[in-house]
Amino acid sequence: MTVQSFERSAPLRSWLLAEAPESGFQAWSQSFYLAWLRLAGNPLAVLGVIVLLAAWIATHSPFEQVLAERLQRPSAAHWLGTDELGRDVFSRIVYGARTTLYIVGLVAVIVGPIGLCIGATAGYLGGWVEALLMRITDIFLSFPSLILALAFVSALGPSLDNAIIAIALSSWPGIARLARAETLTIRSSDYVDAVRVMGASTPRIIFKHVMPMCLPSVVVRVTLSMASVALTAAGLGFLGLGAQPPTPEWGAMLSTARQYLLEHWYLAAMPGLAILTVSLAFNLFGDGLRDMLNPRS
Amino acid sequence: MRLLSLVGHSVPIFWLGLMGLIIFYAWLGWVGGSGRVDIFYLDAVPRRTGMLLVDSLLAGDWDVFVSAFRHIILPALLLGYSSMAYISRMTRSFMLDQLGQEYVTTARVKGLSRRRVVWGHAFRNVLVQLATIVAISYGGLLEGAVLTETVFAWPGFGQYLTTALMIGDMNAVLACTLIVGLVFICLNLITDLLYRFLDPRTR
Repeated sequence: MTVQSFERSAPLRSWLLAEAPESGFQAWSQSFYLAWLRLAGNPLAVLGVIVLLAAWIATHSPFEQVLAERLQRPSAAHWLGTDELGRDVFSRIVYGARTTLYIVGLVAVIVGPIGLCIGATAGYLGGWVEALLMRITDIFLSFPSLILALAFVSALGPSLDNAIIAIALSSWPGIARLARAETLTIRSSDYVDAVRVMGASTPRIIFKHVMPMCLPSVVVRVTLSMASVALTAAGLGFLGLGAQPPTPEWGAMLSTARQYLLEHWYLAAMPGLAILTVSLAFNLFGDGLRDMLNPRS
Repeated sequence: MRLLSLVGHSVPIFWLGLMGLIIFYAWLGWVGGSGRVDIFYLDAVPRRTGMLLVDSLLAGDWDVFVSAFRHIILPALLLGYSSMAYISRMTRSFMLDQLGQEYVTTARVKGLSRRRVVWGHAFRNVLVQLATIVAISYGGLLEGAVLTETVFAWPGFGQYLTTALMIGDMNAVLACTLIVGLVFICLNLITDLLYRFLDPRTR
């Protein structure tokens, strides 16, 4: 079976690894394939991807309460036991993965473009625009992210969406700084001068010629910061300021498990392990991505 | 080592605190539980500096000192672990960066010992960047303290901040946030001043 599939894929493989590509499409596919090989060759990065995609199977409804079966130990029926309302912990952790990935994903989607736009604009324009934008960035950077997020959530009111806004507000400055630093090196390069001489407008240069060059390092940075976003989200949930009950969320689960800590330690252990795994996965994934995209290696 | 620092970078500190309480307090009984000192010893020594460890030593009360030590060791270790992980992770990447540079090769070719090159040449340069990282990780400590104090029920700054958040006391929240910001800015200032000592080029 494996031999057959290998033989069948051999022409494709030789096409992908040909010394001299014949078309632009082939060259593009080759670079993509080589990058994929390098990512797949990094076992830790693969583990990261698997962990991210694996969490879709639950045995029970995360909201179903069976008060007769509350605080049970792990068993065949309830793989990780039940919580104080008789809800299946395994299912809640699986659904909690959704909550966490929802937060992390939305934050990444909000934070990446904002940071990129602000950083690239500041770096390319320079002068008072740069001074203004970078001072604003510095103000946000002068607070630890969790504490800033706490302050924002308390101002907006505790809820899942507000937690996302708060985390996004506290995590864009790092990306803006990185994008600015990248832009500063790109700005003085010859090709940007060439485009400018050809008469391209400033927005066109920033969006079409500067930003794509910043993209790889920004993507790596966003992936790495997703790990800390997951931690901050769990921290907010733990303090009761993230997802509100009965939404399954790992931080909030840990917080309720605290009351039963001494008799039912696994209630607290499991959500924490889940947070650790996801955060580790993002870190590993980011590291793998960085090794893959790093032009120096 | 790398795994240890990667895990320390990824682990939620409040969970580590809870697990630490279960293992070292409930199961092994090596450390004290939550709070600063056993309830039995509460207000047992006169308050002078506000730091229980120092106060109990000044009063010559050994029992209180031991109890306070048993209470402080776990939160302190856990808080330190997460920031140690960050610092060691960054130091590793800085060090790799420096060791790949040509002056390191030159120094080795000149016949200097490996240890001398690593500590005398490369590490001196890393030190400058490291100062910034240590300052940033102090911010991480402040943020970790908010969660750690909640887990270990310490009546501190972080605990005050979270209770203020819960009851919606915005003035208290604002004040706490601003103080943290102020501490952070002062730290950055100190780091910039340290640069003068660590980096001859800025003199």
